[in-house]
Amino acid sequence: MTIVKTNINRRSFLKASALAGGGMMLSFSWLAGCSPAAEETLTLPKEWFELNGYLKIGENGLVTIMSPNPEIGQNVKTSMPMLVAEELDVDWKNVIVEQAPLNTTVFTRQLAGGSQSIRQGWKSLRMAGATARTMLREAAAKSWQVPVEEVTTEASMLFHKASGKSASYGEMASAAAKIEVPKEVELKNNSDFKIIGTSRNNVDGQKIVTGQPLYGLDYRREGMLIAMIAHPPAFGMKLKSVDDSQARSMPGIKDVFTIKTYPEEYAQQWCDVDSFPELVVVVGNTTWEVMNARKALKLEWEQFQDHEIASSTFWGTTVKVKVPGGLENSTQHAKVMADLSAKAGTVVRKDGNPEAVFKKAAKVVERSYSAPFLAHNTMEPMNFFAHVTEEKAELVGPIQTPEYMEKSVAARLNLPLEKIEIQMTRQGGGFGRRLYGHFLVEAAVISQKIKAPVKLIYTREDDMSFGVYRPAYHALYRAALDADNNLIAFHVKAGGIPESPLFANRFPAGAVENYLAESWTASSNISVGAFRAPASNFIAGAEQSFLDEVAEAAGKDPIQFRLDLLDRALTKPVGKDNDYEAKRLAGVLELVRNKSNWGQDLPNVHRGVSAYFCHDSYVAHVIDLVMENGKPRVEKVHCAVDCGIVVNPIAAINLVEGGSVDGIGHAMYSGLTFTNGTPDQTNFNKYRLIRHQEAPRAIDVHFVPSTVDPTGLGEPPFPPVIGALANALYKATGKRHYQQPYLGEGITLG
Amino acid sequence: MAVINLNVNGKKQTMDVDPGTPLLWVLREHLGLVGTKYGCGIAQCGACTIHVNGAAVRSCSLPVSAAQNRVITTIEGLSENGEHPVQKAWLEQDVAQCGYCQTGQIMSAAALLKTNPNPTDAQIDNAMSGNICRCGTYLRIREAIKTAAAQK
Repeated sequence: MTIVKTNINRRSFLKASALAGGGMMLSFSWLAGCSPAAEETLTLPKEWFELNGYLKIGENGLVTIMSPNPEIGQNVKTSMPMLVAEELDVDWKNVIVEQAPLNTTVFTRQLAGGSQSIRQGWKSLRMAGATARTMLREAAAKSWQVPVEEVTTEASMLFHKASGKSASYGEMASAAAKIEVPKEVELKNNSDFKIIGTSRNNVDGQKIVTGQPLYGLDYRREGMLIAMIAHPPAFGMKLKSVDDSQARSMPGIKDVFTIKTYPEEYAQQWCDVDSFPELVVVVGNTTWEVMNARKALKLEWEQFQDHEIASSTFWGTTVKVKVPGGLENSTQHAKVMADLSAKAGTVVRKDGNPEAVFKKAAKVVERSYSAPFLAHNTMEPMNFFAHVTEEKAELVGPIQTPEYMEKSVAARLNLPLEKIEIQMTRQGGGFGRRLYGHFLVEAAVISQKIKAPVKLIYTREDDMSFGVYRPAYHALYRAALDADNNLIAFHVKAGGIPESPLFANRFPAGAVENYLAESWTASSNISVGAFRAPASNFIAGAEQSFLDEVAEAAGKDPIQFRLDLLDRALTKPVGKDNDYEAKRLAGVLELVRNKSNWGQDLPNVHRGVSAYFCHDSYVAHVIDLVMENGKPRVEKVHCAVDCGIVVNPIAAINLVEGGSVDGIGHAMYSGLTFTNGTPDQTNFNKYRLIRHQEAPRAIDVHFVPSTVDPTGLGEPPFPPVIGALANALYKATGKRHYQQPYLGEGITLG
Repeated sequence: MAVINLNVNGKKQTMDVDPGTPLLWVLREHLGLVGTKYGCGIAQCGACTIHVNGAAVRSCSLPVSAAQNRVITTIEGLSENGEHPVQKAWLEQDVAQCGYCQTGQIMSAAALLKTNPNPTDAQIDNAMSGNICRCGTYLRIREAIKTAAAQK
């Protein structure tokens, strides 16, 4: 039994009527029912009793649970309320889920990023449920004149066994709302879970398959206008002049003007983006009219010079960051990366004496790997609704970082935080792109200027050419083997434009006596940002391909080779800062070895293996590849995952399947290149994403049974599959792949 | 601007609109049928898939003028309450992650099953390859199509 201190200190005695919606700013059509459509469900109650900010109970027993975090497809809108429902001990079919707006007084960390929603909400969400359950039990005890310890609950019902008394949560909700909030509550033992660990379908499923308005692009408001922006055609350029005479006179057009996204001297947060500080805005009645008017703009651009922007650090100080001028090219990027990789980098970690050991090695394996910039390409392009008046700024749309963007928009509009309201819609993908909410600020500035509710829409081309890309990366690896083929030294030197992908303290650090990790970066004016499993999304594939080649050079089975190293890291670790658990990493390798029948020869099937740790979780893949008409096709992916307790298996498996497909797709086909600062790919005719016929035929997902608190799952399945793919491709073709995308046509970098 | 007559989900609609407007934007903004999604605008991603005379068509690249005198069905008109076998199969397989592309996927799948009630894997791949899913739910989509086919 875990006892946690409650941190719910504000209890509302408000009784919100159903007609008023109850849900802050949301209407009923936005609510998501947890019951399958065919099943009989409760109708909306006459009264809601709010027991805390996370939940309210109707007099008829219906329970509304707020889902605090942004839903980007990682299933938190289902899995987070499951945690509340578990401890509340409620019947899931009588739960409706509502997306909470940004509310920093009730919720903590309303953010979708780092695969941390479940991990960081694990205690607080359960506490919210347990607190309300305790209040219901106390209300029942008071009403029945029995000791509270004797009041039990099950599936939305309260019982007193000795007297035979019982009541539904709905009957007791009004009294419970008047009970003092307990100072501490008990959480259930894992073995008592009834909801956690059972599969619950997506609470928005019915709305998704029937096309109900759910996403930012679907949002509309009476009198709403449509806005689009024109940004410079290349990184390194800025606006010189605007001739909008023709555009202004076109049908449906309300206004054309320029905006600056951030105020002068504003210290940017990590999630602000300012590659194109001044934008041209077209506002009109409909999307098509605005698109056409934008085409009629006559815009001149010019190159900017080297300059500095103010940036606020994690510690709250302001530093100046240099932005280099110039129009960049991918051919030049490749040369810069090769040059920097040939020079000494910054030493981030060193164990033993790697230089000396490399000199006396019997065998040295040295390989370089690279990968291009990637665009996130969420299927729903960037957009946001804003209605800014003198009283307040109302913002509705898809955003992963509402709390941070509230600060950015408050600074830009010069409004206090309490006058900013941010509502999150369901999001058509995130993958890190919507951490960077410049589009929210732009929408707010446009609404303030035009004095009307407005929805800013990016076209696919706007979205793909605006920046915030996955950086371009490069890594050089060296391994030294002795005469007995033991790995005696390991060297990694990794860098990128403009960020390094190095994780110096991850495997094989800790497993090799002599170890050197170096890092370098090259500056650029192309903006970058977190992309599903940042940096891991490249370095895992590089490292796991390299280890495969080293195992081969050592004449060892690639799984056993890794397990032997992990055994060293477990029994006699080198260094102190190793940030992975060797036992758990070995655990997923052993599980995937077992489940895939590794070692068994399958005719015409070529296999590759890989394992990686990131976002506190461990994932191993084995890929079975076949050649069809000279082309590789993934027949099957075997995947072993250790992410602690699995909250919602049906969705967790979906995430692992999706992450595997996504990783294979990007490694195989995707890349973004530049010519004179302009992206060469701005839509799906040139930017290739994996499609149905290229997807694996089967994916088997196996979770390590665990009682450990849940860790990340949205990102961890993505990075390792790339290594398994590269290694299987080698087995199939006899050729090692060092540059992503492995099958990219016309995309070369590094 | 021109007067355009459409037949959408069994209802006659008349509007005054630029005849070159892609049907996608007319559906979304003039008729409020937002289940049909914008993804690329150049018929490459399939998020905007609808049925025109029963066949899967990318509405982002079909001018509204060319949609006159034809039977147009959007996701909202595929069934009364989400009871089309394909929609039910999608729920049964819990296909969606972000869900944004799924209405387009469902419309492509429904058109496929109409002409080929028992498609092979290869036929599913072929028919569905115009629909991108960035979340990577392709395997569940394939399973859901088979589930729907088995129910017919």
